[in-house]
Amino acid sequence: MTDTNREVLLSIDDLHVWFELRRFGFGHAGYVKAVDGVTFNLHYGETIAIVGESGCGKTSLMKTILGLNTPTRGKIMFEDKNVGELTGEALRDYRSKIGYVQQDPFGALAPFMNVQRILEEPLVINGIKDPAERERRVRKVMEEVKLTPADDFLHKFPHMLSGGQQQRIVIARAIILEPKLVVADEPVSMLDASVRVEILKLLRGLQEKYRLAVIYITHDLSTVRYFSERVFVMYAGNVVEKAPVTSLVHTPRHPYTVALMDATSDPDADNALRYRELPGGEPPSLVNPPSGCRFHPRCPKRIENLCEVEEPQEFQVDEHLVACWLYK
Amino acid sequence: MNSIRKFFIELFQYPSAAIGMIFIIGLIIFSIYVVIALPYNEAISLWRGDENTWYKTPRTAQPKWVNWFRQEDLPETFSFNSADQQDTKTEEFSNGTNKILISFPFEYNSELFPQEVSLYFKSQYTAKQPFVNVKLITPDGRTINLNSFSIGRTYTYRLSQDQKLQRKFFGISPEKGIFVDPTVNADSLELLKAVPGTYELIVEGVAFEEGSSLDAELIVYGHVYGWAGTDHRRRDISIALMWGAPVALTFGLLSALGTTITTMIIAAVGTWYGGWIDEVIQRITEVNLILPFLSILIMIGTFYSKSLWVMLIAVIALSIFGGAIKGFRAIFLQIKEAPYVEAARAYGASNWRIIMQYLVPRIVPLLIPQLVILIPANVFLEASLNIINLGDPVLPTWGKLIQNGVGNGALTQGYYYWVLEPAFVLLLTGLSFAMVGFSMDRIFNPRLRGV
Amino acid sequence: MSTDNTLLSIRDLTLYFNTQKGPVQAVDGVFFDLGYKEAVVILGESGCGKSSLAKALLRLLPRNVSRYDGKVFLEGENIMEMDEEQYRQNVRWVRMSLVPQAAMNSLNPVLKVGEQVAEPMIIHHGVKKEEALNQAAKMFQHVGVPVDFLDRYAFELSGGMRQRVAIAMSLVTAPAVVILDEPTSALDVLTQANIFNVLKRLKKELEVSFVLITHDIATSSELADRVAVMYAGQIVEVSDAHRFFHEPLHPYSRMLMASVPRLRANQEPEYITGQPPSLLNPPTGCRFAARCPKRFAKCSEEPPVVNVDGIQVKCWLYSN
Repeated sequence: MTDTNREVLLSIDDLHVWFELRRFGFGHAGYVKAVDGVTFNLHYGETIAIVGESGCGKTSLMKTILGLNTPTRGKIMFEDKNVGELTGEALRDYRSKIGYVQQDPFGALAPFMNVQRILEEPLVINGIKDPAERERRVRKVMEEVKLTPADDFLHKFPHMLSGGQQQRIVIARAIILEPKLVVADEPVSMLDASVRVEILKLLRGLQEKYRLAVIYITHDLSTVRYFSERVFVMYAGNVVEKAPVTSLVHTPRHPYTVALMDATSDPDADNALRYRELPGGEPPSLVNPPSGCRFHPRCPKRIENLCEVEEPQEFQVDEHLVACWLYK
Repeated sequence: MNSIRKFFIELFQYPSAAIGMIFIIGLIIFSIYVVIALPYNEAISLWRGDENTWYKTPRTAQPKWVNWFRQEDLPETFSFNSADQQDTKTEEFSNGTNKILISFPFEYNSELFPQEVSLYFKSQYTAKQPFVNVKLITPDGRTINLNSFSIGRTYTYRLSQDQKLQRKFFGISPEKGIFVDPTVNADSLELLKAVPGTYELIVEGVAFEEGSSLDAELIVYGHVYGWAGTDHRRRDISIALMWGAPVALTFGLLSALGTTITTMIIAAVGTWYGGWIDEVIQRITEVNLILPFLSILIMIGTFYSKSLWVMLIAVIALSIFGGAIKGFRAIFLQIKEAPYVEAARAYGASNWRIIMQYLVPRIVPLLIPQLVILIPANVFLEASLNIINLGDPVLPTWGKLIQNGVGNGALTQGYYYWVLEPAFVLLLTGLSFAMVGFSMDRIFNPRLRGV
Repeated sequence: MSTDNTLLSIRDLTLYFNTQKGPVQAVDGVFFDLGYKEAVVILGESGCGKSSLAKALLRLLPRNVSRYDGKVFLEGENIMEMDEEQYRQNVRWVRMSLVPQAAMNSLNPVLKVGEQVAEPMIIHHGVKKEEALNQAAKMFQHVGVPVDFLDRYAFELSGGMRQRVAIAMSLVTAPAVVILDEPTSALDVLTQANIFNVLKRLKKELEVSFVLITHDIATSSELADRVAVMYAGQIVEVSDAHRFFHEPLHPYSRMLMASVPRLRANQEPEYITGQPPSLLNPPTGCRFAARCPKRFAKCSEEPPVVNVDGIQVKCWLYSN
């Protein structure tokens, strides 16, 4: 369980991120409610995973934390500063305290810059003018991500590196400014199975060494347990379940979490012999989400006259916080 | 540096690119040589020169190399000047009156007639003009009295325009008449042939004053001149052909660079900021696209200035918001969404830095081939402006040559070289750049790779 | 496996490409068998040549092929000996079809999906459009797409639905073999599981056999009867699914299996150090030797394919 004595690094309170839809470029045509009321605290050195399918709002949530989207409503506090009010120098300073590891390592690296330039860019932008100092830090961070000897890599361009090496460069860039928080958006989903574990272990090693707080965003429940302390499950813009990771994989509470787990395969030949029990339908549109609980049209345990009417609040079940009427 | 070398190695895999590159490099070296060997002022004064500058060359003479393709060589121009050659001149003095004898013996070894024959006199005197008598001794020993006249300080005697002489030759124009064997009866003027042999032109002059002097220069104009020929004002076309190269390159390069780079940056700024900035750029482009490009240039040329540099600025100004902006915008819209740009925002890169260091470098590989192909397009544009009479009034350029040639009946009177020579160098320049540009496109443009 | 039950039998299939840097040995002596109503999984990481294998099987070859040979027996007939016209008339999309990688994004945006599914019928069986559309409607039911979606366009469908349409398109001519190239890699977990439910049902109901090409070991177990592991252009192990997922034999297969994070078991995943060799200039001998913890002197020689109780392993460890 989370050590409650730890200080809060990031506090998100009733965050809404809506994108306005426009008809013919001007007339208002509704909102995409990508993030619709998310609240949580992240402590120094804590790792959390946000799990959900594409379009559940996890990417919008992450980009808002990175300061790339502006919140429609709600507050993000980082080290007791309201992120929404930061501008100019202060905003840059805030961004430099968060590392960002992206999904597609090749796309995340400018194809026309060599490794040295890629790693120096954050330093240049954040005012480190001495080239010797920059090179020292570049070499140090390359050692951290085990790209040694650094001289073999410094002058290479991204396309000359393997997927795993590219992702190491992305991680190196994310930590070169010595951030307090790293946001990793599906950092291994585009890598091969044998490399995936290597990158996850590297990230975990760095996290432990520097007591980094990490937000790990993924659609793959099976990698979550090797990486994070707490898991948030998102569905259609809401967090439906928050739980410590081991507890979540052993006793998932929310019907959507259960469905996600049921759909995840482990390598087992018996899988081929049976059909999987899955909820029908597809995730709802974020423009016009269902009333009440957003999962109710697909939910096998739906309570009539309740789930489709009233939005569920969070209920405490053991160590879980579950937004589901079943646990009232 | 390494990547540049790699690029050239790759480029030279395409034979067309290699040939084009060799031509371009040759053209650049040639342009530099021209500018040094024949400085701007000299070239301009030569090109603007009148009959006094160019009296020694024949009018609309073909280039010398046409003789390589002819059975019978066209005669070249030759001249004698009594001031340079002391042995042609003898003077006798007797009580204040000088008798001056100038003799130009010359070998004429073509059966074709010269274009013109002229004598240019110079004399010094105070009050009384010297008087000369001109006669010619033919190879068969006949003496033809041509004319006699008194001369001023300078005097030009154009044999070809001497009406009296023409009557003497029964209507045959004198520059032909003097070379004809009168015993041969030709059926028509076209069949007349010159008699090769040693002729001697004699000028017998009388100067009436002490210290008075007289010099004569004989020029027998041929039908070929130099490696490029001459125009209707006797000017050597090679000057314009040579100076056309640096002018064309400068115009092509500056306009291509000026337009593509500014266009690209404007497109990048518009795409990155989006919103009203993008809207404004888009609308300006659309309006600009329907503006009549040529008409505006004609108006500027007519009412303001035809200077090459004014035209250059006008061309750049009108092309900045051209169709290319839409193309660049489409590419930038894609790059803008690239994860590496998002990463740059996340680690705090400023808008300007993202535009200049993250968006623009990505497009440079696509830009270079476009730029290379735009250079000849603008060289052609400059030539076309000349042809519709909007050329620079001072500079000798390829387009100007074509315009002069066409305007003075080069094509109707058979002076093809006058138009074909500049057309050929234009073509060669265009082709070289195009060959290199298309090959570059293949190298830089991933979609064309391996096609 | 007895020969009379063999639908597809591949021996020594080889496909090299010419590139500027030299020949790429994308598929090098590949072999495996596939029975009726069976699914074989071709398991391999990116760049191991598994997509080239799909191209080689369906003869969808690019221009720069430098070597293309071997034997492919489809119902006893060596289809490698057919000329292009025979192949087109008798094999491609008639007896063997393909769901290409990212198929859901390769549907024609201006054609109704029903017409697209009917198209192979019209081309290969020369049936009337109406009849072909009826057949398409039947296929839609099989893959779980509502029949009224026939008149929709691709952009009106979700990713999962589009993938089902692509599968329907590969099935409409009732082929004996369907090659699935990464059929679920871009889809969400729930959609992925749904697609596998569909494929399982199709295998039973339509009596079709699948060649599933994938890098995803966990989901491949959803369909596999047999597993063939590919490494650096070669097949290193062909095994029965039960035995493979329980305990693979080849060191690469073992390490690959150990690298899979598991949701339901408390087992720390391990990774394989190093990188696969370049297919431009693969090492002599065993291609995995450089990364193999069990390598010994012999490994510098080309390993034989050893039969261990019906499992074929290309490894010196099992040869005596």
